[in-house]
Amino acid sequence: MIAEYGHIALILALCLALVQGILPLIGAARGIDSWIALAPQAALGQAVLVAFAFGCLTYAYVTSDFSVLNVAENSHTLKPMLYKISGVWGNHEGSLLLWILILVIFGAAVAVFGGNLPATLKARVLAIQGLIGVGFLAFILFTSNPFGRLLPPPLEGRGLNPLLQDPGLAFHPPFLYLGYVGFSVAFSFAVAALIEGRVDPAWARWVRPWTLAAWCFLTLGIALGSWWAYYELGWGGWWFWDPVENASFMPWLAGTALLHSAIVVEKRDTLKSWTILLAILTFSLSLLGTFLVRSGVINSVHAFATDPTRGVFILAFLGVVVGGSLALYALRAPALQAVGVFAPISREGALVLNNLLLAVASAAVLLGTLYPVALDAISGAKVSVGPQYFNAVFMPLMAPLVAAIAIGPMLAWKRGDLAAALRRLVPAAVAMLIALGLGLWLMDAKNFYSLLGLGLGAWLGIGALCEVALRVKLFAAPLSETLNRARFLPRAAWGMTVAHLGVAMLVLGITVSETWQIEVQQVMKPGEVAKVGPVEYRFLGVQPIKGPNYTAQQGRFEVLENGRVVREMRPAQRRYQQPPMETTEAAIRPSPVADLYAVVGEGNAETGWAVRLYWKPLVSWIWLGALVMAFGGVLSLSDRRHRVGAPVRRRQAAPSAAE
Amino acid sequence: MRLAYLVPLAVFVLIGLGLAIGLTLNPREIPSALIGKPVPEFSLPPVQGRTLGLATADLKTGEPSVVNVFASWCVPCRVEHPLLLALKRDNLVPVHGLNYKDDPADVAKWLDQLGDPFTRTGADRNGRVGIDWGVYGVPETFVVDGKGNIVCKHVGPLTDWDMDNKIRPLLRDLKAGQPSKVKC
Repeated sequence: MIAEYGHIALILALCLALVQGILPLIGAARGIDSWIALAPQAALGQAVLVAFAFGCLTYAYVTSDFSVLNVAENSHTLKPMLYKISGVWGNHEGSLLLWILILVIFGAAVAVFGGNLPATLKARVLAIQGLIGVGFLAFILFTSNPFGRLLPPPLEGRGLNPLLQDPGLAFHPPFLYLGYVGFSVAFSFAVAALIEGRVDPAWARWVRPWTLAAWCFLTLGIALGSWWAYYELGWGGWWFWDPVENASFMPWLAGTALLHSAIVVEKRDTLKSWTILLAILTFSLSLLGTFLVRSGVINSVHAFATDPTRGVFILAFLGVVVGGSLALYALRAPALQAVGVFAPISREGALVLNNLLLAVASAAVLLGTLYPVALDAISGAKVSVGPQYFNAVFMPLMAPLVAAIAIGPMLAWKRGDLAAALRRLVPAAVAMLIALGLGLWLMDAKNFYSLLGLGLGAWLGIGALCEVALRVKLFAAPLSETLNRARFLPRAAWGMTVAHLGVAMLVLGITVSETWQIEVQQVMKPGEVAKVGPVEYRFLGVQPIKGPNYTAQQGRFEVLENGRVVREMRPAQRRYQQPPMETTEAAIRPSPVADLYAVVGEGNAETGWAVRLYWKPLVSWIWLGALVMAFGGVLSLSDRRHRVGAPVRRRQAAPSAAE
Repeated sequence: MRLAYLVPLAVFVLIGLGLAIGLTLNPREIPSALIGKPVPEFSLPPVQGRTLGLATADLKTGEPSVVNVFASWCVPCRVEHPLLLALKRDNLVPVHGLNYKDDPADVAKWLDQLGDPFTRTGADRNGRVGIDWGVYGVPETFVVDGKGNIVCKHVGPLTDWDMDNKIRPLLRDLKAGQPSKVKC
């Protein structure tokens, strides 16, 4: 009966979502207070119902109830508990339920924490959230019911894909969805603002924390996914420009642009229609990602088992949500007037440049992702767009962006002085020259992109520190004053510095690991030693081991540094029985300086085993950088202005009323 | 100037149309390189409890045949199983099984319980023959003509629609020795 309770809860949630999506909109338009007041209650009720349904499905997984089709197809009694639970969202139906759960949690959060919003704006935001919920609940109920029964129930489930049985992956979808779906709040705010016809600094301040939170989650989600690919797939790579990776990366790029343009709306009351457009586009790209993963339009390692009716449903939904909001935008946005004017060289100008580059990068990724579909539709040719394209278009876009990140914060609002900003960045320029010198000295072949990456990483890292040093008057004032200034510097300012430092770490991590990585592929017999960069791997042999639901051939290596054993590493080839599949378990010793990475392949005692051994300098900086960026976001989120001093709309100003 | 605000909508409509066309296509339907080619050289022992194994020569008897790649651990195989039993009852052509990466006891139990639609059944325990057949997921179903050439490959579970509109018409045409209009 538990599964049926879950099913009923979802149906009730759909009914409630319809109420939440329709009545408050009418109420806000006609001034019916009781209908306006309905929105937060409906949002809370919906959250409770969907959480209950999610709990029911989780219960079916935990108890291995194979009479539920979804459980039978994706779970197995021998699976460790963690993966029984993560199996809930390791499939199309369950992950969709998680999507909806996060959507309604965000809706409930707006209802609870949105106390400082004007009642009509809040009602409209929640109504839009409700309408998005209607779409997704209808989708799950009519095409992807997770609670369908299977008769007769099999004795054993089919098992979860072993590649997905991994802690990194268990938590990667929830973070990604928190990001994707979090942008729905920014979207709802944008559509509500278009309906109301006003966008002002207060609006930007309300929408920013939601965007920031979603962005932090998405950053972490993408980093987790990339980290998983790095250690679980055993290829040593960390980003593959797979269509589904791109699907998460496009909203991230657009969301990053949105974060920055929302600052301009908040501080300078300009760039309004652009910011609204970005909010719509960011969530639209999230939806597009959902469509790509679940419709079968694109062939990807991530794609869920597909069904044509699902594709049609999501495409129709995409048409309504994106088409509808863009049509509303075309109608209402022309009336949004900019108040603040600014010179091209100014903080605003720098943020416009940031937005331009990020938006173009996002469009380039979109083009590369959809090109195979377009070509197939037009000529029937099957192609895939690989890293060559993405690297070729991405580097020229990111290089000026990274260079400009250091300069932007040095410029004043309205009208900046570029020469003065550059003078303040002299230490960053010096660091860049040192990095370039170091790079030239270390490298025999002069690879342009490696030098560029090194130089820009150093420039941005030191540049970000310069900015905060200037703000706290480091060395320019007594230490006590510096400390005092540091203490009272707004958290948002610290957040920016930290996030920009994260970008610098990411750039350095990518550049150094790609340029100076050392890879050795060879056949080794027990006792042999292979030299890989500054370390040596001594192969000790291979032995069979048995895990809870797999058997494995485990290789053993001793790692020697300067002839001393520093570490033992045990890569393995696992063979799962249910479903039958082999996975490569790389052994990794992460460190801030260089990761050691070992993979053992096929072989036997006579001829030896095929092994791949790596020395990967600074590769962990890629994920550390992402972590630091997300931490910067959290710092900024904790800024005082988001917690206290509820912004009050200046009625008399009402500059952008569309009446 | 106002027209500029319509640009995002126009771009989206274009993308949406492209995706709608994309939906009607199947990126996975990579035309199998094996279509029109002879079946690979192989010889497999029978599965536990059966006497007839499966080898290349069994598919070159002059009579068309169906080769179904299946496994007892595969849930969609269970779904399509009754359709294979029905095809056997038609007595149209022999239906052979290629048992992919399976446990001998499991598959014997499976065939005993659900019924055995196969004339011959080859046990491909390590999946090597499956690789030669280009198998990348179970179930897959091949239609082979009398000379041992692969005529059609179906990926994924068979449905009633597939049986009535693809497999059966194709087999009838093959038996009658006439070129088939069935698209694979």
